[in-house]
Amino acid sequence: MSDDISTIDAFKAALLSMDRLRARALAQPEGTSRASLALLERLIVPALEQIGAAWTAGTVALSQVYMSGRICEDLVNAIAADSMTLRPHQPRVALAVLNDHHLLGKRMVYSVLRASGFQVLDYGVVDVDQVAARAVNEGIDVLLLSTLMLRSALQVRRVRDRLTALGSHARIGVGGAPFRFDDRLWVEVGADACGRTASDAVDVVGRLTGGAR
Amino acid sequence: MNEPTITSMQRVLTTLGHSEPDRVPLFLLLTMHGAKELGLSIRDYFSSARHVVEGQLRLRAKYRHDCLYPFFYAPLEVEAWGGEVVYYDDGPPNSGQPLIRKAEDILSLEPPRVRDTPCLVRVLEAERQLKERVGDTVPIIGVVMSPFSVPVMQLGFGPYLELIDERPTLVDHLMRVNEEFCVEWANAQLEAGATAICYFDPVASPTIVPPDLYRGLGHPVATRTLARIKGPTATHLASGRTLPIIDDLARTGTAAVGVSCEEDLAALKAACRGRLTILGQLNGIAMRNWTPSQAEAAVKAAISGAGAGGGFLLADNHGEIPWQVPDDVLFAISEAAHTFGQYPLARVEQP
Repeated sequence: MSDDISTIDAFKAALLSMDRLRARALAQPEGTSRASLALLERLIVPALEQIGAAWTAGTVALSQVYMSGRICEDLVNAIAADSMTLRPHQPRVALAVLNDHHLLGKRMVYSVLRASGFQVLDYGVVDVDQVAARAVNEGIDVLLLSTLMLRSALQVRRVRDRLTALGSHARIGVGGAPFRFDDRLWVEVGADACGRTASDAVDVVGRLTGGAR
Repeated sequence: MNEPTITSMQRVLTTLGHSEPDRVPLFLLLTMHGAKELGLSIRDYFSSARHVVEGQLRLRAKYRHDCLYPFFYAPLEVEAWGGEVVYYDDGPPNSGQPLIRKAEDILSLEPPRVRDTPCLVRVLEAERQLKERVGDTVPIIGVVMSPFSVPVMQLGFGPYLELIDERPTLVDHLMRVNEEFCVEWANAQLEAGATAICYFDPVASPTIVPPDLYRGLGHPVATRTLARIKGPTATHLASGRTLPIIDDLARTGTAAVGVSCEEDLAALKAACRGRLTILGQLNGIAMRNWTPSQAEAAVKAAISGAGAGGGFLLADNHGEIPWQVPDDVLFAISEAAHTFGQYPLARVEQP
């Protein structure tokens, strides 16, 4: 256990200083050639969660959260043949930005989920009708919506209503600045869960799929 | 009601001098609400300097605050550089696709000439007309995006962060080009009638980049840029935290700093006392659902935390009050500021 903690701390330090070589050496010690779910759950997921928590607490910057996610995403992509071998029972997860071009949050969530072994459909920038139609057509279980602007956050209510009208049972997870500054907003707009930082996406997906994590 | 014996300008200058005026100055940083006053769409409203002038004057008459804020919208500068602006009926105009698609394009980037760029000329015209209307009685706040932060709109946030990490030479070039534009744009606004310039620098915040990165890049840019702006400046980090870099911000020569509602106001006051005026820190997002009593409590808490001794401008923490904030909340904020912001401050019970 203490070995795990010291390795996580060392891995976090490598991520925060953007030392890709050190991060890779810690994630893939000599003699191992493939990523495993255990590696993700014992090292990468907790490291990203702790970095996300540190951002919420104000001790780490968003740029570090972003670059940590990107490094871990590259790492997992490099050492895992495909995510199905890491998580055989994948929920259908899609990720989108509603109506604006602030893509950083979505990119961070994508990196975290990929680095945690999830397959994610990236819908890019979409409007309410587009995202609801795709989610229904593609049988999405969890729809993650990233917003920066308050008006985009309020549009989540319309996505919820549209999904319901189309008979979808997709659960909605939301995140982004408006939800951090108003901690009841996610309830108001009819979301099923809210993440305060990108790394919360793993927990959100887990909760919304009954423990897929 | 008694007429105030001093003007908003005198009130603001007194607090900027770290003395107590008659009451805490109120900066309701309203932009889109002017469209509501005139019964126009947001797009139509910002299409004419005359609309913005009329909107700002009506808003100030209605809410009795202490500044005029002819800030049109954040991607105005991107529009000036040739980028896309997307309008909405119920929110601020937004930047579209980043205008710099390849990092190498930075090398051929030419700043727009302020006086030849229609969207910038509209702002200058609004500032000129406002100055004609109010003279030196009310501060007129011009706005620029910092050279260090505007690349988020020029390139996209992720690509900019990666460029900082991977292509420092290109970043240096981009900073130099952006600095030239920022200085010309700020000085044109001061010449047109702006009293001071709000230098929006959200990327500087420790919420966004580590303090060391700011000290190595954003701080030298701010120091060079602010030194060439021929008027007073305030630095706004647009809801981002400020405390870990407050000494650095003070050294840029800025007079005031927009602080985050996530920070402890008393700690900020201690750090800023006598050298930086605090601008903030009402939560603009939560404000949408405030009751009048919640608005009053928030105003009391802010005044209690930072009002003593002057050096405090009561405002929202983002630099733009959302379209969705209703009139009754704005009235409640104004009423509370006028009632509980009178100097000498009464001992205010914390909510």
